[in-house]
Amino acid sequence: MSIGIWCAVTPWSSHSAESIPPIFSISPPASSTPLAPLGRSGITFASPDIRQLQADNFANPGMLWVTRGETIWRTPSGVKGQACASCHQDAQQSMQGVSARYPRLDTGRGTILNIEGQINRCRQEQQATTPWVYESADLLAMTAYLNYQSRGMPIAVTIDTDNRTQWERGKAIFHRRQGQMNLACVHCHEQLVGRKLLTDTLSEGHGNAYPIYRLEWQTVGSLQRRLRSCFNGVRAAIPDYGAEELLALELYLGWRSSGLTVEAPGVRR
Amino acid sequence: MLWGAVITLCDAAPPDNHSATAALTAAHVLQTVQVTGDAIAMPLATSSDPARGRELVMGRESNCMLCHAIPETGAQFMGNIGPTLSGVAQRLSAAQMRLRIVDQSRLNPATVMPAYYRTEGLSLVAPSFQGKPVLNAQQIEDVIAYLQTLK
Ligand code: HEC
Ligand code: HEC
Repeated sequence: MSIGIWCAVTPWSSHSAESIPPIFSISPPASSTPLAPLGRSGITFASPDIRQLQADNFANPGMLWVTRGETIWRTPSGVKGQACASCHQDAQQSMQGVSARYPRLDTGRGTILNIEGQINRCRQEQQATTPWVYESADLLAMTAYLNYQSRGMPIAVTIDTDNRTQWERGKAIFHRRQGQMNLACVHCHEQLVGRKLLTDTLSEGHGNAYPIYRLEWQTVGSLQRRLRSCFNGVRAAIPDYGAEELLALELYLGWRSSGLTVEAPGVRR
Repeated sequence: MLWGAVITLCDAAPPDNHSATAALTAAHVLQTVQVTGDAIAMPLATSSDPARGRELVMGRESNCMLCHAIPETGAQFMGNIGPTLSGVAQRLSAAQMRLRIVDQSRLNPATVMPAYYRTEGLSLVAPSFQGKPVLNAQQIEDVIAYLQTLK
């Protein structure tokens, strides 16, 4: 009978010749501020044509959303007729590096704000208008535009006493088995990095390029859309857009991606 | 422990039979399987069809190819998370395959291969899959019949 099955990690003879990239491992949480290990961006696992598309601003379809976001930035909205630019002026200056620090804790409310949440906070509280729903063209455009202002800057999501509980929650979700397939994020995005899951090469599962234009979607999608499809893939109950669970996961992912640079708008197959 | 243990995957239930009505009602009731050594000797259904098994293995319902390569199928895309299933019939008996497909975690608790005939010990399962095994008893036997042709 086969002996290999007894080992948790079996270097099957058919695979041993392949070069599997080093497994990304999470250090145990330190007593105060956990330090994120450096990882590999998802784009490094993509095929050359996808890498090319992402790198070339004229070819990258996500740039259409960035352009649209720029228009919305300057367009007055709500009863007070205020545009984003009315408060923040030139996004190229005022928004530089902002996305790299998101998601963050809204200390007043004790909830996690991702960039979409912050955009909607401004819409409701400053512009006195309605929030945009996830995956609406406007929210995707504004997210793409803001994240683009941090392109090339290192992600810097830090964990402190205030947001630590949410970070722990995200970490627990990342490590829990779930769904009919009984798999955790950590299985695919740490233990199996570099392996093929049918057509996909498993990456470390970073959100640093989001929102992304995905060829399979034929449109731009948010990080939460991607996370929801991972939940769906393991046949787990899918949290609603904006659910606390997804926000905690986003915080954990942000910390985990710290040091990688923002690549929005990304391109994926 | 593992060896020779009788593992009750669910309350005792009559074996699935093949009529459509029974499939509807019995789909959620798993048979009790007896694990002996690293195998389940007793088939879960009285017949099996390798052709249906091949379709299942290649199809979306089972998703075997997400993780396993079977070059014989000629499929364009195959995963490499689990070992290739080429020649698997030379390595494993039908009974050994049965345990591995029913619940690989009985052999390797850290495995990433889903248990195909188990409903408990799972959490946060999507409502449409709740209480259902990935494959039913008949499908498990069909899959094994196909894998047995991979010599
Ligand atoms: C069964 C495997 C599997 C599991 C489990 C899984 N994912 Fe994924 N995930 C994928 C695949 C396949 C992709 C697309 C290829 C890639 O980038 O890794 C992906 C992509 C991603 C991406 C986008 C990476 C990029 O660069 O575009 C993120 C972020 C991500 N997953 C996070 C998660 C989180 C968080 C969980 C747990 C809730 C999770 N995944 C669970 C398979 C999985
Ligand atoms: C998410 C990944 C995944 C999926 C899906 C999957 N397997 Fe596996 N399978 C594995 C891994 C990994 C192993 C290695 C054993 C272990 O995990 O301990 C394995 C082992 C096996 C073995 C034992 C092979 C040997 O040489 O010892 C058989 C047989 C098998 N799988 C059949 C199947 C069939 C049939 C399906 C679909 C009905 C399937 N697997 C779906 C990952 C998977």
